[in-house]
Amino acid sequence: MDFQLPPYDLKMMLPEIFLFLWALVVFTFDLLTNRKKETAIGYLTLVGILITGVLLAFTGYGRGFGNMFFNDPMARFFKIIFLGAAFMAVGSSFGILKQRIRNHRGEYFGLILLSTVGMMFLASSQELLSLYIGLELTTIPLFVLAAFYKDDKLSVEAGIKYFIVGAFSSALLLYGISFLYGMSGTTDIVQMKINLAITHLTFTNIGMTLVIAVVTMLAGIGYKLGLPPFHQWVPDVYEGSPTPVAAFLSIGSKAAGLVAFAKIFVNGLSAFHGPEMLPNDWGQLVALMAILAMVLGNTVAIWQTNIKRMLGYSSIAQAGYIMIGMVTMNVYGLSSVAFYMFAYMFANMGAFAIVTVFEDKTGSTQIASYRGLSKSAPGLSLTLAIFLLSLAGIPPLAGFLAKYYVFAAAVEKANSADSASWLYWLVGVGLITTVFSLYYYANIIKQMYFSREDSPYKIPVSAPAMMVIAICLIGVILFGVWPEPILQFAGDIPASFGFIAR
Amino acid sequence: MESQILTLVTFFPLLGAALLLLIPKERHDSVKSIALIISFITMLLSFWLYAMFEPLANGMQFEINIPWVASLGISYHMGIDGISLLLIVMTTVLNVLAILASFNSITQNVKGYYISMLLLATGMIGVFCSLDLFLFYVFWEVMLFPMYFIIGLWGGVRRIYAAIKFVLFTMFGSLLMLVAILYILFEYQSFAGEYSFDMLKLAQMPLGHQAQLWLFGAFALAFAIKVPLWPFHTWLPDAHVEAPTAGSVILAGVLLKMGTYGFIRICMPMFPEATVTFIPYISVLSLIAIIYGALVAMVQKDVKSLVAFSSVSHMGFIMLGLFALNLQGMEGAVLQMLNHGISTGALFLLVGMIYERRHTRLIDQFGGLAKVMPMFSAVFMIVTLSSIGLPLTNGFVGEFLILLGTFKANVWYAVIAASGVILSACYMLWMYQRMFYGKITNKENEGLKDLSIREKIIVIPLVLLIFWIGVYPKPLFDRIEPAVKQVMNQMGRSGTVEVDEDFSIKPVLADRTAEQELIVKAEKEGE
Repeated sequence: MDFQLPPYDLKMMLPEIFLFLWALVVFTFDLLTNRKKETAIGYLTLVGILITGVLLAFTGYGRGFGNMFFNDPMARFFKIIFLGAAFMAVGSSFGILKQRIRNHRGEYFGLILLSTVGMMFLASSQELLSLYIGLELTTIPLFVLAAFYKDDKLSVEAGIKYFIVGAFSSALLLYGISFLYGMSGTTDIVQMKINLAITHLTFTNIGMTLVIAVVTMLAGIGYKLGLPPFHQWVPDVYEGSPTPVAAFLSIGSKAAGLVAFAKIFVNGLSAFHGPEMLPNDWGQLVALMAILAMVLGNTVAIWQTNIKRMLGYSSIAQAGYIMIGMVTMNVYGLSSVAFYMFAYMFANMGAFAIVTVFEDKTGSTQIASYRGLSKSAPGLSLTLAIFLLSLAGIPPLAGFLAKYYVFAAAVEKANSADSASWLYWLVGVGLITTVFSLYYYANIIKQMYFSREDSPYKIPVSAPAMMVIAICLIGVILFGVWPEPILQFAGDIPASFGFIAR
Repeated sequence: MESQILTLVTFFPLLGAALLLLIPKERHDSVKSIALIISFITMLLSFWLYAMFEPLANGMQFEINIPWVASLGISYHMGIDGISLLLIVMTTVLNVLAILASFNSITQNVKGYYISMLLLATGMIGVFCSLDLFLFYVFWEVMLFPMYFIIGLWGGVRRIYAAIKFVLFTMFGSLLMLVAILYILFEYQSFAGEYSFDMLKLAQMPLGHQAQLWLFGAFALAFAIKVPLWPFHTWLPDAHVEAPTAGSVILAGVLLKMGTYGFIRICMPMFPEATVTFIPYISVLSLIAIIYGALVAMVQKDVKSLVAFSSVSHMGFIMLGLFALNLQGMEGAVLQMLNHGISTGALFLLVGMIYERRHTRLIDQFGGLAKVMPMFSAVFMIVTLSSIGLPLTNGFVGEFLILLGTFKANVWYAVIAASGVILSACYMLWMYQRMFYGKITNKENEGLKDLSIREKIIVIPLVLLIFWIGVYPKPLFDRIEPAVKQVMNQMGRSGTVEVDEDFSIKPVLADRTAEQELIVKAEKEGE
C-alpha cells in the first residue's frame, strides 16, 4: 500500500516560519556586530514582530497538514495576543539591556521570539502531540529568560524553580495525554472527542481512567496558568526574573495555557462536562480551582510589599476570573475568555512596563518607593493608576467590560439550567474578591498620590518604552469605550468549538 | 442640536477636564478660571435644558438612543423627566458654587483638583440622564474615583482612611447591583428574545415575586449604601468630616441623591411587587435613621460632623416619603432631595468659610460670632431654619408633603417621623446658639472678617433658592408631578399592584374571597 503524504499548505504556517527565521536573524546579527548594537537589535526584533503581524493578517482562515494545523478564529485571536505581548515585552526591555544584560542580547530577544513561535504553533495545533510540542517550545526559552540575570541570586533561583515546576507539569500533562490516547486510540482532538463518547456510552464505562487523565492534565495546565494549588512558583518567579520577562510570562504563557486548556477540555472533553457524566465532570473541579485562585490571589496580594510579587498574586487572581469564562461552556464562554485576555494584556503589560521603567531608574521594586511619585512624575503615575484601575475592573476601562463579560457568560449559563446554578456561587465569589482586589490596587495609587512628601526620583522614559506605554494606554481606554470590533472578532470563536446561540 | 443637548451637558465638563490637562500646572489662576468658566457654561446649558423642558408633559424628553455595544445589547440611551431635570440643574449649580468655594482652600496640586471636580460632574450628570442600565452603571462607577481622590488627596487628617472606606463601601454595593443587572438582562432575553438594558423596556417585563425580592434586595443595598440608610451609614461621617468643603458639598448635595434617585428610577418601576413588600422594612430603617441621626448629631462637638449626621436624618425623611408610595409622599421626597442639596450644601459651604478663618470646627471654640460677623450669622440663620423646615423656607414644603403622604400611608410612621422634626430643631438651634450668641469667649474670634465678595456670590443664590422654593414651589411641582405619576403608572402596569384614583399604590390581593371576586366581576361587567 502506498503511503500518501497528507496535503500540506505552507502558506498557512507562513507567520510562524517567518518568525522562527527572524529569531535566527536576530541571533546572528548580534554575533556579526560583536554584541555592540543593543538598541539596533531591539528595533530589529520589534520590526520582525510587526512583519509577522502583517503576515498573520494576510494568512486568513483555513487548515493544513492533514487537519493538524488550524487557523480558526481562536488561533488568530490568540496569535494577536501572543504577538502583542512579545512586542510590548521587547519594547520595555531596552532599559535593562543597557544596564544589566551586557552580554547575550541577541539571545535575550531571540528566545522571546522562539517562545512566541511556540505559542503560535500551540494555538494552531489541533492534535495532542503537536500541542504538547508547542507548549514545550513556549516554556523552555522562558526557563532561560527567567534566569537571565546570571549574577543575581534571585533570578537564578527563579529560573531553576520555574524549570523544575515547568518540567514536572509538562510530564504530568504528557501522562494525562497518554491516557487519553489509550482510551481513544487517536491524538486528533476532534476524533478523540467522538471516540471517547462512543467508548463511554456503548462499550465500557471509562469513568475512573478518565478521572485520572483529567486530574493529571489539570495539574499540568494548572501549573502553567498558576491556578492554586499549583501556584506557589508564581510570586517567586515574577520577583526574580527580569521584569519584562515576568510581564511576558503573565500574558504570553498564560494565554498559551488557556489555549491548551480550551483545546483539550472545552473541545476534546466537552462531553464530560455537566451532571450527566458524573463523577468525571471536570467543570466543578475547575470552578473550585478558580474560586481558590480568586480568594487566595486577592487576599495574599494585599500583604505584599514588593510590586512584582503583588502583580504575581494579582495574576493568579486574574487567572481565576478567566477560568469562570472557561467553565461556562456556552456561546459566550470562550469569547469572554478571549476578550478578557485581550483587555488584560494591555493593562498588565502597561503596568509592568512602568514598573520596568521605574526599576531601571531606581533599582527598587518596593511599593514603598513609589511614595509621592505623582509629584515628580505626574504623567507616569496617572498612567499607572489607569492601568491598575483597569485591572481592578473600573468602568469605563477595558478591564471592566472584560470582567462584566465573563460574569455575564456565567450568569447566562446558570440561568439556563438548574444543574448549572452553582455558577452563581462562582460569580458571587468573583464579585466579592473584586472588592478585595480594589484595596491593593488602590494602595499603589494611594502611595503615589496621597503621600505629602515628594518622591526623590525623576523617571526618564526611553522612546520604545514610551511607545509601549502609549499603546497600552490607548488600548485600555479605547477598548473600554468602543469594544465592538474586538467583541465581534471574539464572538466568532465559540462557533468554531460548536457552541451555537440558542 | 436639540437632540444632542443631553450629550452636550453631560460631556461638556469632561471636555473641560481635557482642556485643563493642556495647561501647565504652575498657572494656578488660569486653571481656576477655566474650571469656573467650564462649570458655569455647563450650568447655563442646564438652564437652557430647563427652559426647553416641557412641564406637565408625560414621558421622557430629549431622548437619544444609539446602539453602543450592539453585541451585548448595550445602547447609549439618554432621556430625562422632571425628576432628572431638577437634579441635573441642582448638580450644575452646586458644582459652580463648589468650585468657587475651593479657590482659597485648595493650595496644592490645584490642576488635579479641578480635573477631578469636572470628571465628577460628568459622572453625576450622566447618572441622571441614563436610561440604559449599563450606561447608568458606568456613570455610577465613574463618579467613584474622582471622589476618592478628592477625599484622599485634599482632605483632612484621617483622609486616607475615609477615602478607602468610601470606595470599598460603594464598590461592594455596586457590584451586587451588577449581578442584578446581569440577571435582569437574561430574564429579559428569555421574555422578549433580545438583549436590552433599556430601563423603559425592562419596566414592562413581568417578574416572579421571588425574583423581584432578590433583585430589589441587590439594587436596594447598593442604593441604601449611597443614601445612606441606617445601618449602612458608617462611611458617611468619616467621608464628610475628612473631605474638603467642596467635596462635602458635592457628596451631600448630589452623591447621596443618587441613592434615592436609583430607588425611583430603577427599584420602583421594575420591581413594584417587591417594593410593596419591602415598605415596612425600609420605612422602619428610615425612621431609625431619622431619630438616630438626630440624636447623634446632637452630641457632636464638630460642626461638620453635626451636619453630616443631620444628613443621615434628613435622608431618612426622603426615604420615608418615597416609600409612602402616594403622590404627596413621593412629590415631597423629590422636592426634599433638592432642598437637602441646597440647604446642606449651603451649611457645608458656610462651615468651610469659618474653617478657612479659624482652622477649627469645634463648636466650643466659637461663641458670640454674631457680633463680629453679622452677615455670616444672618445667612447661617436662614440656612439653619431652612434645614429645620420653617414655613416660607424650602424645607417646610418638602417635609410637610412627606409627613402628609406618610400620614395617609401609616399614621404611626408619621407620628414618629414628626418627632424627628422637633429633634432637628433642637440640635440645629442649640448649635447656632452656642456658636453665634453670647459673649465672645475666645480671643481668636474677635478679629474675624465678615463675608468677602466671593463668598457673598456663593451664598446669595442659595438663599434666594431657599425662599423661592419656600414661597412659590409650583414651577417645580409642574415638572415633578408628571414624572412621579409616570413612575406610579409604570408600577401599576405590571398588574401585581394597582394605582387608585388619588395615586396611591396598593398591592392586588392574591387571595380574594369568593365574595370579593364576585364584586370585582360585577364592577367589570357594569363598565
